[in-house]
Amino acid sequence: MYNEFQELNVEVLTISVDSHFVHKMWQVHELSKMVKGGVPFPMLSDSSGNIGKLYGVYDEDAGIELRGRFIIDPDGIIQAMEILTPPVGRNVEEVIRQIKAYQHVRETNGQEVTPSGWQPGKPVLKPGPDLVGNVWKTWNV
Amino acid sequence: MKELKIGCAKPAAQRAGEIDEANNMDKGEKTMVLAKVGSKAPDFETSMYQNGNFGQVSLSDYTGKWVVLCFYPGDFTFV
Repeated sequence: MYNEFQELNVEVLTISVDSHFVHKMWQVHELSKMVKGGVPFPMLSDSSGNIGKLYGVYDEDAGIELRGRFIIDPDGIIQAMEILTPPVGRNVEEVIRQIKAYQHVRETNGQEVTPSGWQPGKPVLKPGPDLVGNVWKTWNV
Repeated sequence: MKELKIGCAKPAAQRAGEIDEANNMDKGEKTMVLAKVGSKAPDFETSMYQNGNFGQVSLSDYTGKWVVLCFYPGDFTFV
């Protein structure tokens, strides 16, 4: 899975209110038993919660951060975000699908956009006067 | 990645967007959320762990690359 992010030129950064010391213990004592060799990406510390506050994911009462996921493009612009409460985990396949779609849009300078559920190789839409009322020819359920 | 000097002080985020200014303005009663889709991601600098090493990292170190930034409740939680 991480290889796929690397092939797409994507850096994964994880972040929680735990210190970098605790991140090390988690890696050594648990993560390395779940993922061969441990997780390869940087594990960031936000012990003050200040970064989480900026991103709207810091829960002051519980002192934790919600499952916020932000896709940031090479210009530093947030293109997508998803925030889940703690008991439900995210779906990595959907993150990869969204990155591929945003990369396609960027590569075509926005000339081609991707309809709902798009996957690489599937039809794209070219916004313009001719497309109005004609989306059904390219995309239907 | 810069090398991180390991001290005994509580490790804390050293720089996080304009949050300090925001807190001074309203005395921390309300936190300003700056992250919005379509807008610049708020920059920050903080400590990190990766592959056995500690370091110091900024979001802006990754300009020119795609980044997935994932917050989660805490280490050793279950999901």
